[in-house]
Amino acid sequence: MGKTQVIVGLGSCGIAAGAGKTYEKIKALKEAENLTFELKKTSCVGMCYREPLVEIIDETGTYLYGEIDEIRAVEIIDKHIGQQSPVKEYVVSSDLFSTPENEFLDDQVKIVLRNCGRIDPERIEEYEARQGYDALRKIATENISSTDVIQKILDSGIRGRGGGGFPTGMKWKFAANNVADEKYIICNADEGDPGAFMDRSVLEGDPHAVLEAMVIAGYAIGATHGYIYVRAEYPIAVKRLRIAIDQARKYGLLGKNIFGSGFDFNIDIRLGAGAFVCGEETALLTSIEGNRGEPKNKPPFPANKGLFAQPTIINNVETLANIPQIILKGPEWFSSMGTETSKGTKVFALGGKINNTGLVEIPMGTTLRKILFEIGGGIPNGKKFKAAQTGGPSGGCIPAQHLDTPIDYESLKAIGSMMGSGGLIVMDEDNCMVDVARFFLEFTVDESCGKCTPCRIGTRRLLEMLNKITEGKGTLEDLDKMEELCHYIQKNALCALGQTAPNPVLSTLKYFRDEYVAHVVDKRCPAGVCKKLVHYEIDPEKCKGCTMCARKCPAGAISGNVKEPHVIDQNKCIKCGTCMETCKFGAISKK
Amino acid sequence: MRIARIQNQKNDSTDNIPDLELLMPVINKYKGRKGNLIPLLQGAQHIYGYIPREAFEKISEETGLQLSDMYGVATFYSQFRLKPVGKNIIKVCHGTACHVQNANSITDAIQDALNIKDTETTDDGLFTLESVACLGCCSLAPVMMIGDNTYGKLTGKEAVRIIKDIRIKESQPAEVTIEK
Repeated sequence: MGKTQVIVGLGSCGIAAGAGKTYEKIKALKEAENLTFELKKTSCVGMCYREPLVEIIDETGTYLYGEIDEIRAVEIIDKHIGQQSPVKEYVVSSDLFSTPENEFLDDQVKIVLRNCGRIDPERIEEYEARQGYDALRKIATENISSTDVIQKILDSGIRGRGGGGFPTGMKWKFAANNVADEKYIICNADEGDPGAFMDRSVLEGDPHAVLEAMVIAGYAIGATHGYIYVRAEYPIAVKRLRIAIDQARKYGLLGKNIFGSGFDFNIDIRLGAGAFVCGEETALLTSIEGNRGEPKNKPPFPANKGLFAQPTIINNVETLANIPQIILKGPEWFSSMGTETSKGTKVFALGGKINNTGLVEIPMGTTLRKILFEIGGGIPNGKKFKAAQTGGPSGGCIPAQHLDTPIDYESLKAIGSMMGSGGLIVMDEDNCMVDVARFFLEFTVDESCGKCTPCRIGTRRLLEMLNKITEGKGTLEDLDKMEELCHYIQKNALCALGQTAPNPVLSTLKYFRDEYVAHVVDKRCPAGVCKKLVHYEIDPEKCKGCTMCARKCPAGAISGNVKEPHVIDQNKCIKCGTCMETCKFGAISKK
Repeated sequence: MRIARIQNQKNDSTDNIPDLELLMPVINKYKGRKGNLIPLLQGAQHIYGYIPREAFEKISEETGLQLSDMYGVATFYSQFRLKPVGKNIIKVCHGTACHVQNANSITDAIQDALNIKDTETTDDGLFTLESVACLGCCSLAPVMMIGDNTYGKLTGKEAVRIIKDIRIKESQPAEVTIEK
């Protein structure tokens, strides 16, 4: 039966929500009162909207408590541990009874995230206790040949989860077929898509899964060295990877003669330096080689000529995290999930205007409607759904009419978006779609490496036109010019960053053209977001003349006598909205 | 585009020559290894908080890497700073999820409270403000990071309060422990 365990979730978002303090509080209580439970750490379980999360496992069952700050921590320790009386109203999930959160959890299938929130990622023993390194052991003890390993990956049907969707098994096969005295496995952990944090959670929560997969990949293609290229903005992930690599080396799971198979493999970490374009594989390779992260023409493909001109496989973190389970459970198990062309599961990072923000892992083919309105809990504050954005700056916005689209690579492309790495941002009636397109272009222009003209200059011109439109200076002709330029950039840019940069513009023009037309013809922003097209007005019938707004106005734009209706001077107004926030009588509105 | 990053910087009139001996462990670790340029620059920045010109020259001298190549790489990646920064770097996330949850108001509030613009440092050298692309904490949008600490579900007021708390802590004298 064992001791009662109290496990605190300490992923980056848990810590940002205060879990560090919760942990310290519980630790202090345990020491002060000499309590006999085991205090443990784990990582992100995906239910980010209920952080900080504390799980208590005792002889009666498991209880996952949500939103446990220091005060509630004291309460649950006192009641659940001290008085054996679980505090049901704080429980978000339990194996003994159902909760509203079951809606978030029940339809998920955890393969990639199977250990996240279940183990202490800094203890290799806990990984091993849950079939950790069993796949590698199986390959070594059953003498499975590298060709057979590749065949299993091919048969599973797994496709690249970074966004490219290329069949992983085929990539491995190309690299294996090359004869070279040095080959490389690279884990692309440069998760740069704004809105995506799936890879971060795997690296923080289950780093050994990635290491094991890399060793398997190395064996499959004949590589003895691997690099994990991880972005520097993930300090906790970097720390946990370093610990994991040290432990793996100590246990002989990395280094020479792994499992007595005669196979050697070593892994080094390379930190990214803040360039989104380095998520593109050729840019990533040249970055490791010490150059500016400028992509190259393909062919040659990295599987043939990659890092230091040697055959190289680059796989995304999520792709790799699937590999050990595919080896252990077999390719048929994996391909039994998902759709005809998109097998297995996909992890999505739900963000934006949605109730249940966090990570969800669902079988491919689940509809967007189910993800957003059942698992995601719908739109907060009674607002109306407007669009869901997938694929980050390379993706598109999906409107309400396509909510029943099943999530798979081909279906998303067919409606003008793409799977991308898994970021899924929800927008409601208060978001302006022209502003969204402009936001993505601002990002792309900043991150463009500058090497090729269509991207370097083309995206800049697109941004200039979008700025014009959001400032009320655009024309209908600009819309046509933008569309033409978008198609030009798509066809002529050197790499996927440039080729997909126009996607947000094209998809918002396709589905939300009315908003663009309102901006250029009526000089109006229907959602009330674009500052230059919005103005604040005081309703003289509701205004009580209390003068609060005039006093708070940073531009001195409001005038009026006490107890008389006030007026905003539109020429001085800077559209900050402070007056509307201040007014207690609802007399100020945004038009 | 990446080149824009090196414009708009105030002239740095510090006379402090950095202690270049601190660099030697990093240089020795990566000397002669393939693809060592970025780790060398990252190591230098970790020591000094930015990469002083003298550090570039020392690395070039010891490893044979060309100054022009190093400069080209340092100005390409947004992580590298060629001017000193404040003690605490405030990174306000402007990724998609944060943007959709009004990250602009966080940056505006901090700019007002500290009287500096984005990429600038306060006069007392305590804070530098940066807008960054995405910190990967999207479910807690809007988010900012100060040092290694992440703060989520912010409002402009809350962000300013956190910064003021740090300022108070910084101004307290450090505790001195006497070892026997």
